[in-house]
Amino acid sequence: MMCQECGQRPATLHFTKIVNGDKTEFHLCERCAREKGELIPGMSNTFSIHNLLSGLMNFDVPTHTGHPAQALRCNVCGLTYTQFSKTGRFGCPACYEAFDAHLEPLFRRLHGATAHTGKVPARAGGVMRLARELERLKAELKQAVAREEFERAAQLRDRIRQLEAQIDHA
Amino acid sequence: MNGSGPDADIVVSSRVRLARNLRDLPFPYLATNSQLEAVLERVRRALGQEALAPYRFTWIPMDELDEIDKRVLVEKHLISPLLAEEARKGAVAISEDERISIMVNEEDHLRIQVLFPGLQLAEAWQLASRIDDALEAALNYAFHERRGYLTACPTNVGTGIRASVMVHLPALVMTQQVGRILTAIHQVGLVVRGLYGEGSEALGNLFQISNQITLGRSEEDILENLHGVVKQVIEHERTARRSLLETNRLKLEDRLSRSFGILSHARIIESKEAIQRLSDVRLGVDLGLFRGVTPATLNELTVMTQPGFLQRWAGQALTPEQRDERRARLIRERLNRAAGGES
Ligand SMILES: [Zn+2]
Ligand SMILES: [Zn+2]
Repeated sequence: MMCQECGQRPATLHFTKIVNGDKTEFHLCERCAREKGELIPGMSNTFSIHNLLSGLMNFDVPTHTGHPAQALRCNVCGLTYTQFSKTGRFGCPACYEAFDAHLEPLFRRLHGATAHTGKVPARAGGVMRLARELERLKAELKQAVAREEFERAAQLRDRIRQLEAQIDHA
Repeated sequence: MNGSGPDADIVVSSRVRLARNLRDLPFPYLATNSQLEAVLERVRRALGQEALAPYRFTWIPMDELDEIDKRVLVEKHLISPLLAEEARKGAVAISEDERISIMVNEEDHLRIQVLFPGLQLAEAWQLASRIDDALEAALNYAFHERRGYLTACPTNVGTGIRASVMVHLPALVMTQQVGRILTAIHQVGLVVRGLYGEGSEALGNLFQISNQITLGRSEEDILENLHGVVKQVIEHERTARRSLLETNRLKLEDRLSRSFGILSHARIIESKEAIQRLSDVRLGVDLGLFRGVTPATLNELTVMTQPGFLQRWAGQALTPEQRDERRARLIRERLNRAAGGES
């Protein structure tokens, strides 16, 4: 049997990779296996996982927004949802927001869950609490203005400025 | 890797890797060279903090290494092949004791890795988390309230943790129970990778068991699940070793001793045969068959007989034939020295 990668050298390594019960057979020559990082056990490797992923993502994504997923684009890095579903990789952290409406089924299939329950970083977690507080104060400010409670509104505005500065410097 | 640590007769090493990214930059494969440089710069500055001083990190930009140096780092599991071969503007920070390595601009901006000998998942996680906290004090991580740590690949999102344990399972392979046990492991959400030679035999009887799920479970849950499964695998392997000794001691000792004989006398040896014979000798050491040889010697040989190390040892690039000859010589000398014979 010839190596399935290069087709030039005989395949000397035959192995099976099982991810979530899906079995894939590989027949590689030593050189191609090394290039793929497969030869040394214990090495992280990424080559087949992305092929597998795009297989997972190429199903019809139900649209919650009325827009087809294919039209979505991350306005920070420019990655389109179509590109994402082909490569199986996000372009930047903002892609998670841009494609949010379509990620639930993917995460459910990959992880059986969609919400993080682990470690929260002190700083980013802190910013998150501040951001939530900020939202709350802004809503309160709107109400205060509507009720013409200007003294209260001025206090709220100061507090909001403080918080914004804190978030900017975090 | 000194071959010590809990359950070192079966568990070679425990590794915890955390994937982290900076909030305001594209992931490495999409980033421009100047954005990658910005990542390097920020991480390098973050590493200068006082909290990290005790680990004495060495900062190594990938473009300052030649091919052989990179390969040596890959063989020591301090960097991934991806960082060695594909990363533009990649770097690694390695602690003085080589237990911690922080890859920069691999698939994610940061990959914090901790590698311990034996079964020490909780210890590896605690150290990785401490390094993570210290870096986070100086870096703005990409973190999302609902999705957790944001990663380039959706398979790592959430905790960003990949924990893995490398186990040596010769008796389960010999008694042909390994397939059944590995299938059971898959069913509890773990992944097993082994390198398969002819038939169903894994090269060197080494298997890596790791978590697959990173989202929706806490780090502690993920590690406990892996630890529990590995403990069971260890028990099965010990039982299989005992029963082999009871029913087939002479045959087993003959096989292991023949492997020792070949390794301590061969003049030419290919890497595949070397890994398989070293597995036999490792089992022999665990069963008390070869005095003087330690798991540390075997771990060292497993790493040192790989192409990068052999070429660095030789100080030059070698053809496969030259490598086979040097590999045989290196193993011969080490084993004979350890066993107190002459080389
Ligand atoms: Zn090939
Ligand atoms: Zn993006």
